[in-house]
Amino acid sequence: MAAALPEKATLLEWYRQMVLIRRFEERSKELFHQKKIGGVYLHLYNGQEGTGVGALAALRPQDHVITAYRDHGIAIARGVDPNRIMAEMYGKSTGVSGGKGGSMHLASREHNFWGGYAIVGGHLPLAAGIALKAKYNGDDEVVLCFIGDGATNNGYFHEALNLSAVWDLPVVWLIENNLYGMGTALEDASGQTKLIKRAIAYDMKAFDPMDGQDVFEVHETVKKAVDYARKKGPVLLESMTYRFEGHGMSDKMYAARVDEMSRFKARDPITLLHDKLCELYPDIGPTLDTIDKQCEAVVTESEKYAENSPAPTFEDLTRHIYV
Amino acid sequence: MPIITLIEAIRIAMDEELARDPRVFITGEDVGKRGGVFRATQGLFEKYGPTRVVDSPLAELSIVAIGIGAALADLRPICEIQFADFIHPAFNQIVNEAAKMYYRSEGQWRVPLVIRSPYGGGIGGGLFHSQSVEAFFTHVPGLKVVIPSTPYDAKGLLKSAVRDPNPVLFFEPKKGYRAIKGEVPSDEYTVPIGPARVARQGKDLTLFAYGMMAYYAELAAEQVARQDGIDTEVIDLRTLLPLDKTAILSSIQKTGKALIVHEANLTSGYGAEIAAVLADDGFHYLDAPVKRLCGPDVPGVPFSHPMQEFFMPNPDKIAAAIRDLAAY
Ligand SMILES: Cc1ncc(C[n+]2csc(CCOP(=O)(O)OP(=O)(O)O)c2C)c(N)n1
Ligand SMILES: [Mg+2]
Repeated sequence: MAAALPEKATLLEWYRQMVLIRRFEERSKELFHQKKIGGVYLHLYNGQEGTGVGALAALRPQDHVITAYRDHGIAIARGVDPNRIMAEMYGKSTGVSGGKGGSMHLASREHNFWGGYAIVGGHLPLAAGIALKAKYNGDDEVVLCFIGDGATNNGYFHEALNLSAVWDLPVVWLIENNLYGMGTALEDASGQTKLIKRAIAYDMKAFDPMDGQDVFEVHETVKKAVDYARKKGPVLLESMTYRFEGHGMSDKMYAARVDEMSRFKARDPITLLHDKLCELYPDIGPTLDTIDKQCEAVVTESEKYAENSPAPTFEDLTRHIYV
Repeated sequence: MPIITLIEAIRIAMDEELARDPRVFITGEDVGKRGGVFRATQGLFEKYGPTRVVDSPLAELSIVAIGIGAALADLRPICEIQFADFIHPAFNQIVNEAAKMYYRSEGQWRVPLVIRSPYGGGIGGGLFHSQSVEAFFTHVPGLKVVIPSTPYDAKGLLKSAVRDPNPVLFFEPKKGYRAIKGEVPSDEYTVPIGPARVARQGKDLTLFAYGMMAYYAELAAEQVARQDGIDTEVIDLRTLLPLDKTAILSSIQKTGKALIVHEANLTSGYGAEIAAVLADDGFHYLDAPVKRLCGPDVPGVPFSHPMQEFFMPNPDKIAAAIRDLAAY
């Protein structure tokens, strides 16, 4: 990347977020198997941290973020309290959605984090609507909308992107192309597998696909896109990435993709950033070790917080039905 | 007779229908290589190949609408909607195209389509993987709506659905997929769409239910029989549209008291229709107000385990409602 590197403190913050997400996901997986995190669904973000962290670093607090159900990493990178995320995944009343939503439906209004959505594609037109508000009021805000590759084959995708182009809405549409939608491979679901080319259909601005494992490249590209969206209108981005875990906890197919997995794991976004930091700052090792330990502690604390939080009551069931 | 689970019965029904009729094919998300998220189509891709068991893109609207088109042109599609919660994008196609086609064409076109979908809560699925959507569709003439509660019925009814010349929505109680087991003959048989089933004979009151709640109703009936000596008749409706009014009325004639159970929320739920049938045509037989035990009127089944349990009817709650009604 030709652009100047962000300063050291920024890079360390990215590193912290990425490690925190990874540790959080690893612990979540254990807690799921221990049945502490209940239910049957848990969609982990391992492997995609470079995309989430790099992209969110390009936003300001007044901008907006919305994503699908693979949402823990996005919530963490947006600054939502890990304690309250974990409590939500435990179904406790201290969770960000009072335990009603669970892992897939995190949300935090104060962070302009409009949530995870389990109905695939359903959040895309909502993103356009939030962007419409910004344009309508003349607010200097941008919406960043994460989209899975699988979700691009849903009608919502077409309608929302087209509309955003017609109305010049300030949205950055970011496809996280991890090559699979559940067990279905990209080429079995998409006529055009170069998903960025979908922009042509709407005469929409697009940048070249990003290396999603490279947090620098993601950050630079999303920054450009956010600037463009703020001034002119929607942009389509595609991040080439990979999930290191199955689709959810019951996915057994992913483990068989040994070659593909090892190819991507060789380019683990956290390792890449770690190595880059060591190259830039040869003495940084101990600092990174300290961050690793701190992240571990944050996750442990979130587990304790969730553990010790009260369960919802019967009254909670019937709250918030009408305003 | 072999004892198998509900989901095995469903898979065997599809296997037999694929073998019987070359026009039958399956499509839906991950129905092929993965064998379905619940494994309902496991092994069928390997056995029948990718033209008969077809993985679709993530596109519910088109999964159903392509099914409608293919059915119009005389194929026999079985479309899987992975969770009933995801059927809503296809609502237009089901209500505006599938249900009206025969009527609007003055009988020229028919839609021999099956839409299979797991429904219901209690598995920790949360707000968008737990819905019971039957009442949206039982309001639509031209559709058939079937919900089995036993492996025997699941197999026989699904085979009938595939052979039916009308669009059939076949909702499967996902919580019962592996929990409900029963005897299923290996020989060819079908169960007709339409008639309800007397799941348990009784004389004190009648419990009307379907799907997972029919299974629970039988458990609750056994419990009150043992503990309280209450003799409950259980009617498993099996087909909601068209509704077997005769079965409802002949049971109420015998028992005089009706308790309706469904897990979908109460207001404008399917139970209202049964209650209306009882009020219209069974009024003289009634010895007590018609009672409904249903999910509460909240927008969805919450994720949190305690809240889910508050939401869900279960055998204990049903037994308590039976006792109340029996005491009336
Ligand atoms: C409307 C709808 N259809 C189907 C599903 C089931 N489903 C959940 S995730 C998924 C695959 C989505 O893949 P992708 O968009 O690539 O996101 P990824 O899981 O890779 O992050 C499917 C089919 C759903 N939740 N909602
Ligand atoms: Mg994907």
